[in-house]
Amino acid sequence: MYWTLARAGFKRQAQYKLAMFAGLFTNCVFGFVRAAVLVAAVRASSDFGGYDEATIGAYVWWSQALLGATQFMGPPLDLVDRIKSGDVAIDFLRPVDVQLGYLATDMGRAACVFLPRGVPSIIIGAATFGLSMPSTPVDYLIALISVLLAVALSFLCLFAVALIGFWVVEIRGIRVLYQIVGTFLAGLFVPVHMFPDWLRVIARATPFPSILQAPIDTLSGRAAGADALLIVAAQGFWVLAIGLLGRVLLRAGQRRLEVQGG
Amino acid sequence: MAEPESGRAVAGNWFTPYLAVLRSRVKAQRVYRLSFATEVFSAFLIGLVEFAEVWVIFHNVGTLGGLDVHAALLLFGLSNTAFALAQVLVGHLDSLPMMIRMGTLDAYHLRPQPLLLQLVTSDISLRRLARAAVAVIVLSVGLWSNDIDWGIAPVTLIVITLISGIALFCGLFVCAAGLQFFLIDGAELTNSFTYGGSFAAMQPASVFPAPLKLLFGFAIPVAFTAYVPTIALLGLPGPPLLPAWSAWLTPVAAVWVWLLALAAWRIGTRHYQGGGG
Repeated sequence: MYWTLARAGFKRQAQYKLAMFAGLFTNCVFGFVRAAVLVAAVRASSDFGGYDEATIGAYVWWSQALLGATQFMGPPLDLVDRIKSGDVAIDFLRPVDVQLGYLATDMGRAACVFLPRGVPSIIIGAATFGLSMPSTPVDYLIALISVLLAVALSFLCLFAVALIGFWVVEIRGIRVLYQIVGTFLAGLFVPVHMFPDWLRVIARATPFPSILQAPIDTLSGRAAGADALLIVAAQGFWVLAIGLLGRVLLRAGQRRLEVQGG
Repeated sequence: MAEPESGRAVAGNWFTPYLAVLRSRVKAQRVYRLSFATEVFSAFLIGLVEFAEVWVIFHNVGTLGGLDVHAALLLFGLSNTAFALAQVLVGHLDSLPMMIRMGTLDAYHLRPQPLLLQLVTSDISLRRLARAAVAVIVLSVGLWSNDIDWGIAPVTLIVITLISGIALFCGLFVCAAGLQFFLIDGAELTNSFTYGGSFAAMQPASVFPAPLKLLFGFAIPVAFTAYVPTIALLGLPGPPLLPAWSAWLTPVAAVWVWLLALAAWRIGTRHYQGGGG
């Protein structure tokens, strides 16, 4: 059942071919500018958070590559409109769990975004900058798990944000707030390792670094072996925590809907 | 100045519709108070986060591309003030693909006013002023903390830079909108020169490899909105392709972008067949 939903999510996304090319193109323009600036920064300083040219290149291009799949900057979930219009009541009647159903669809969408958008940007990055990679097969496996957890976590966070719509009329402002604070603390613009100590502590107390910085660290070989396992464990913790939060909000929202007679 | 209060705006000038829209927007945006408050706060935070990116890098590096932290404030202040104000004026052109898809654009076509002018006055987001506020504060700190040889010339240069910079970014938004008639599904493509352009404008162009220098120095000349004026104000030489004296050519860069924009808009609107509703 969930596999079917995931495949449907993949197929639906595959309709938008021009959109994917557009996304890839924009990813690359930003990638080139960011890479130019950060490579210059690495050259200009003696110790730039432990990064060298190959690892900063990997950081920039992996973050561009994962951006589409994790949908930090993406359009709002359908769920937002369905809550507003009350159509979500229909979702509750279906024999599929609402949260897991949407999650499966989103995983399918993410896979379809990653192939045409993420993979080429990594190839372009590797061709122009030379990126560092994990060194052992086990590290590749851990990196793959890390990416899957990151995509799931990103969705679960967006899902929880969308559910706020049960209580307030318009969540646009809250969503923008989530996007801005989230992308910054996730390490999209500057690696979390470069933050001053106090800011890094704040970032680590949120799920956001698990959405971008964590998979990038495992994919670029910055974290290997036991370190990588620790990162994945932290991601697993956040997936459970935010997933649980989503379930609680969903239950409360459902009850509110029943009271209103929606 | 005297006109707006008289309930019925009689004749008015070209600015009257703009003023009317502005007033209605103020009213509308005050209805959903909580939502408006979070949106203003978000816009303010966008500015703050963008500044934090620049700040974190310079916090670690010291100097980048020949600019120190103080120069970076000036660079960020100039580019972001221009971009944020352009976004207040015409940023809502971004929603054109949605209007095309929903068919709402056709309604505008029926009215006897130029389409572009109608769209520009269709929605003015006051919340975006909050973002401009961050940029203006950073710019003020930048102007104050740098060792600028004050006189007529620098002041003139700053005024010219800001006006041309706003015009240039507005032109990029119009350019993007014109192309969106073709790229309804691929609207993200045009983000690379609106938002990508703004992002590139915040960086010291001296660190760019040659292709990016050509792109952002000449094709989409956002380097003129902040980087070139900054080195001119600070008396720095600048890289070979973008010498300090060329800061005075910023209006030329803006005119160039508007030529592109009007061409793109013309081609786009001619191509548009209507939503077929």
